[in-house]
Amino acid sequence: MIEQPVTVKICDSLEESQGVKTFFFKLDLNFEPGQFLMVWIPLLDEKPFTISYIQKGLVGISVLKRGMFTNILHSKKVGDILGIRGPYGRGFSLKPDSNSCVVGGGIGMASLATLVDRLNPLPDNQRGHVTVIQGARTAAEIIYQKRFRDMKLCTEDGTAGFKGTTVDLLKDLLKKQRFQRVYTCGSEKMLHKVVELCRGYGIECEVSLERYIKCGFGICGQCDCSGQRICIDGPIFNTEELSRMEDFGKITITETGERVIH
Amino acid sequence: MSKINLSVNLCNIQLTNPTILASGILGTTKALLKRVAENGAGAVTIKSVSVEPREGHKNPTVITFEAGMLNAVGYSNPGVDAASREFTNLQDVGVPVIASVIGTQKEDFVRVVEGLSTQRFSAIEIPLSCPHTPGFGLLAGQGTPQATFDITSTVRKVTKLPIFVKLSPNIPEICTIAKAAEDAGADAITAVNSMGPGMIINIEAQKPILSFKVGGVTGDALRPIAVRCVYDLYKAIKIPIIGVGGISTGRHAIEMVMAGASAVGIGTGVYSRGIDVFRKVCEEICLWMQENGFDSIKSIVGAAHD
Repeated sequence: MIEQPVTVKICDSLEESQGVKTFFFKLDLNFEPGQFLMVWIPLLDEKPFTISYIQKGLVGISVLKRGMFTNILHSKKVGDILGIRGPYGRGFSLKPDSNSCVVGGGIGMASLATLVDRLNPLPDNQRGHVTVIQGARTAAEIIYQKRFRDMKLCTEDGTAGFKGTTVDLLKDLLKKQRFQRVYTCGSEKMLHKVVELCRGYGIECEVSLERYIKCGFGICGQCDCSGQRICIDGPIFNTEELSRMEDFGKITITETGERVIH
Repeated sequence: MSKINLSVNLCNIQLTNPTILASGILGTTKALLKRVAENGAGAVTIKSVSVEPREGHKNPTVITFEAGMLNAVGYSNPGVDAASREFTNLQDVGVPVIASVIGTQKEDFVRVVEGLSTQRFSAIEIPLSCPHTPGFGLLAGQGTPQATFDITSTVRKVTKLPIFVKLSPNIPEICTIAKAAEDAGADAITAVNSMGPGMIINIEAQKPILSFKVGGVTGDALRPIAVRCVYDLYKAIKIPIIGVGGISTGRHAIEMVMAGASAVGIGTGVYSRGIDVFRKVCEEICLWMQENGFDSIKSIVGAAHD
């Protein structure tokens, strides 16, 4: 684990969709899918990002243009530097031998991408099958179009795949097939619905939660969710753990530390 | 383990053991306070509360190094009204809860203390010693004997709870300031806050890492200084001392108690040893006391003095 930011040079970038860009850099890391890095732009700010690619010595982070920090990050070019520390947190448990479904909403798909890579290590995976559901508002926002073997798309406006939400699509799939495990990341409202839906079928979920992160290593208390620190106890939590976290799906925490309705 | 008595009576607050969660660490929500209590802390301190909500400094706000941690969080907190809503029914936490109260002027301390008075806090801590937040602590001149006296006596008028005044290790005349606090009616001294500020530069980026550029130094690097401060204070004042600075093991805690502390604060130790650092420290204290023939933590307070 890297405790103080090390500087890396952006060596490649990729437009994934309208609003999402992936930046690649060289960094030697022991990384579990679901963990995150803190990405520092000197003199500006530092924010958490998951690793969305790890291959051939290259690490990639996929960034949705959303606020001041990500706008400036999007303007970075090949050769520019970033500061990186981490990886932090507890990742997904990897059960490649079970049939699983990976459900990503919006940029949440980035947290799941390396998980799908790991669960699908071989072209002919005899052990278990991974179904990927990706949901977006519209076709132009779909990311990783050609990356996964079995990816079902859904859009709110029906411009790609199933018209509806990831939860609607998962509900449909569950009528026809069984999964041992569902991994998911997206808006917390969506996550809550996925967990509730799966509970009805007795399917264990692993969920990636998001909060405002400061230290990243469990000391500042900024990312609390019912006594669990997202940065070190999470960000991945399973169904059983979530059942004890009353704030899940209901309450988040602002930059000042105030607990507010999600 | 045989009967080692770790209980402490701190200003008439009964603690089952001398470890206290230091302010600024994990004290953002009641749920986290409860979790720290479940992990063995004898008391817990909330993250400092000001009148108005504060976002604090931009990230990076906390960074570790070989000998501890550097932080400039900048007193992010939701303000007294939201804090008062958050810290209700504090008996659920299971151990005494200390309110850390900050202000840029005397009147602010009064407003926060009064705003929190409906909740069951066991004590009020006033840090007059933060080295990295404009408007507060050292950067607002609160670390002088006169300012310490003025703020402490002002708070004294509006609360019957014990008042702990938290001091900076930076100031050579720490004993003069502690006496000013004692004269103004403080019930205990918390010694010490983070030192510095210090700076860590990333040499490739050629920039300081913290967004505020400088931050308070805590952890191992602070411990010898904190121990010396507590040692000096023990001779200078009559009120009890809560020793804070780099404690992460039972031996560290015993060292601080022998210097003169009645209880010990733990902060950075949560990073180096995990959230159960409180339980680990207590177990290590017990083991050491057993091996060395002591049965009560109280009996070793100030043992290092001539």
